[in-house]
Amino acid sequence: MRIGVPQESRPGETRVAATPKTVGQLVGLGYEVVLERGAGARAAFADESYAAAGALVVDGAEAWGSDVVLKVNAPSDEEIGRLRRGAVLASLLSPALDPGLVEKLTAAGVTALAMDAVPRISRAQSLDVLSSMANIGGYRAVIEAAHEFGSLFTGQVTAAGKVPPAKVLVVGAGVAGLAAIGTANSLGAIVRAFDARPEVGEQVESMGAEFLRIEVEDEGPSATGYAKEMGEDFNRKAAELYAEQAKDVDIIVTTALIPGKPAPRLLTAEMVASMKPGSVIVDLAAANGGNVEGAVADQLVTTDNGVKIIGYTDLPGRLPTQASQLFGTNLVNLVKLLTPGKDGQVVLDLDDVVQRGMTVCREGETLWPPPPVQVSAAPTAPGPAGDPAAAAGRAGAAVEPKPKRPGRKYLWMAVAAVVFAFAAAGSPAAFLGHFTVFALAVIVGFYVISNVAHALHTPLMSETNAISGIILVGGLLQIGSDNTVVAVIGFLATMVASINIFGGFAVTNRMLAMFRKD
Amino acid sequence: MTENLVTAAYIVAAVLFVLALAGLSKHESAKEGNSFGVAGMVIALVATIWLAVSRSGHGLLTLLLIAVAMAIGAAIGLWRARVVQMTQMPELVAMLHSFVGLAAVLVGYNSFLEPGEGATSGTIHLVEVFLGVFIGAVTFTGSIVAFLKLSARMRSAPLVLPARHWLNLLALVVSAALMAWFLTTQSMVPLVVMTVVALAFGWHLVASIGGGDMPVVISMLNSYSGWAAAAAGFMLGNDLLIVTGALVGSSGAILSYIMCKAMNRSFVSVIAGGFGQEVSTGEAKDYGEHRETVAADVAAMLQDVSSVVITPGYGMAVAQAQYPVAELTSRLRKKGVNVRFGIHPVAGRLPGHMNVLLAEAKVPYDIVLEMDEINGDLSDTDVVLVIGANDTVNPSAEEPGSPIAGMPVLEVWKARNVVVFKRSMAPGYAGVQNPLFYKENTQMLFGDAKERVEDIIKAL
Repeated sequence: MRIGVPQESRPGETRVAATPKTVGQLVGLGYEVVLERGAGARAAFADESYAAAGALVVDGAEAWGSDVVLKVNAPSDEEIGRLRRGAVLASLLSPALDPGLVEKLTAAGVTALAMDAVPRISRAQSLDVLSSMANIGGYRAVIEAAHEFGSLFTGQVTAAGKVPPAKVLVVGAGVAGLAAIGTANSLGAIVRAFDARPEVGEQVESMGAEFLRIEVEDEGPSATGYAKEMGEDFNRKAAELYAEQAKDVDIIVTTALIPGKPAPRLLTAEMVASMKPGSVIVDLAAANGGNVEGAVADQLVTTDNGVKIIGYTDLPGRLPTQASQLFGTNLVNLVKLLTPGKDGQVVLDLDDVVQRGMTVCREGETLWPPPPVQVSAAPTAPGPAGDPAAAAGRAGAAVEPKPKRPGRKYLWMAVAAVVFAFAAAGSPAAFLGHFTVFALAVIVGFYVISNVAHALHTPLMSETNAISGIILVGGLLQIGSDNTVVAVIGFLATMVASINIFGGFAVTNRMLAMFRKD
Repeated sequence: MTENLVTAAYIVAAVLFVLALAGLSKHESAKEGNSFGVAGMVIALVATIWLAVSRSGHGLLTLLLIAVAMAIGAAIGLWRARVVQMTQMPELVAMLHSFVGLAAVLVGYNSFLEPGEGATSGTIHLVEVFLGVFIGAVTFTGSIVAFLKLSARMRSAPLVLPARHWLNLLALVVSAALMAWFLTTQSMVPLVVMTVVALAFGWHLVASIGGGDMPVVISMLNSYSGWAAAAAGFMLGNDLLIVTGALVGSSGAILSYIMCKAMNRSFVSVIAGGFGQEVSTGEAKDYGEHRETVAADVAAMLQDVSSVVITPGYGMAVAQAQYPVAELTSRLRKKGVNVRFGIHPVAGRLPGHMNVLLAEAKVPYDIVLEMDEINGDLSDTDVVLVIGANDTVNPSAEEPGSPIAGMPVLEVWKARNVVVFKRSMAPGYAGVQNPLFYKENTQMLFGDAKERVEDIIKAL
């Protein structure tokens, strides 16, 4: 089958759906690849490189007429008309936000796969363009901020005075947020981050930022609608945190997005006004209404007090070469999934949740929205949050899986002591003397061995092997017996135990000699 | 005079044995510890031989017999110690355990036939003999089975007899009944019958435990061999034997405990046998596609990384891949790559098995780290090479409901890239499918670990 990669028509789009490298991979999967002339020019990929990788450079009509069309942006109405009936199209489609497009694609009789509708399960991550683009966007957000910011990111002490490091606040620790944290951190800034999900704190800290936490008061179990009230309390606390941080930090990057809904408003105009002049805000949610009051999509706005609010929505496209490479790789992974035979034949398997989730329509049949995907096989959700007994039970179970009863332990110890006392009362004195030695030796052994490094367990074992050859002593004392049977058995015991002693020490020595340090 | 001198020698020897074990807790003092052990043994043996000769009616003959017996034993022991392959250490250790068990049985019989001086008299002595022979016999056959399984002379899969737990219980009950008989009649018959029962019991006990649980079994047998020696000490009234046996016994017990904890299993469940065969979950679950790679690509990837962690498992021992792995390590280190090893406590078939193999191949021990030391650094690691390990790197240990849930594992999937060296996609010992193989940062390199590592070295 033939894969076509047309030039992107959306104004300002710099990316392309295939690079010379991904073309090579597509050819390797058995496809014939054609590319519209100049499609990669804005991403710095020349037609010759594509040709060298095995693609045919053709004109637009031929690229659009292919069996499979790979694209970055959703096709325009005119472009839908250029698609062949029965063709397969893979690109960003936003099916949830643009039902009209779904209808048109269905009417055109094509099979359309939405790259932005990949189910969020781990095995589908390799085709998730939202993640790969968010990663680049987060990086570029910090670069844009640094470009507009009038000072350095890193702190320095120079002969001309001290340069304070920039303070960066990242709100929302998703893929974009984490990328922004990493970038700002590597530029030398002091980075703080906040996210409504406290469980991402570890990821934030692993990227080198301080994770800001808010204390949410425990409202007590009696209130009805517990979750909602906690939400209000949470939002109020979070707003206080933003207000406080806005006065302190130089750069704010907001990345809060709720799928299919307008972006939550996090920073109010007052908070923006409280920032120092020259501060920079990058709103990655500007396309969906913005997290920041005053942000305008695709524009740089300077407020009255000199705060710059960046609302660019084409941040990944500002790194066209790498963005195209990642997007192209995501597409290759999709094509791999669609080509189980590696023979250049697309086989759409709608029983596969990943393919089913992405498929918007198939040859005149609308398949959007897909059935919900079971992301994990976790047990069903716990009971209502307001149920205090259930909540307490769960908390208890989490903290202490097996309730300890110290009283019972002491009881058993006492019982053991009494039983031993009775047993000992009937034993000869010599036995008790030996038993004392035995008990003390067990305890000494316990403490001595507890400290042994894991790496030395094998030598330890062969050493104890050698030492337990001391049972030889028994054989030695019996070998001189007048009773022949006893002497013979003693002889055998001595021989066997000697193997242990000599073999054990020798092999321990051999092993220890091998351990060395550089 | 003689008795007191001998006792003094025994005390010195006992202290030296404690020092020997204490010395083995650190690399720096380990060799010194071994020397202490040898010194203690020499002192104890010289004193005992002197005592034996002076007690015996025909001293010269006794001395001669001792010399011959020890010479034969020494010859065999030193020969085995010299030629043993490091990959065969588990077998050797198991075999040595069986000798202690056998010696304990022999000494026990002798002590019954002819209670020596210093032995306690009456019922308590009979109890000591009975217990000593019982533990010794269980250790003997148990160790032999462990040896056969480890050296692949016997199938390593657990032997599943019907009602096996009842059989074990029956053996214990019968032995207890025989002890009552033995104590009342003082006849040889119950002792012999019990020995047979104990031999069968030890055989069945270990035969019903699978190969992957061998670290626990070996430490357990190590512990038993200690208790057998201690029991012999009680029969003979010899404190040195008691002290040494108790040291070894508690040492083995702790090792078993550490191994069980590393597998997140209770001691009883390991000893009762049967882990793999009861597990059948997770097979139907679809993990998607795994991705294959080739040695040249791995070599290319290793060209420009700054940190590599290697996590070996039993597969490295089987393939004898430790030398190429060490070669790869030194190549990468020369290029300035930070190469480290992450060792899971139960990797291999013997506690510390991997460390010994790597030491043999001259990997410096300071880059060989324990699981807890390396886990925190894995998220900052460019490439993890998983060589012949499976269950110890299985992320499903973190999922509740998985058969290995709660087992601490090496969190290799946190690294940027993982390369798994493996023969096939077959699940590991626990019988649990490994989702690691299907993660998108994981690539599978199939084939013999040794050959593949050598291919990578060539490609470098």
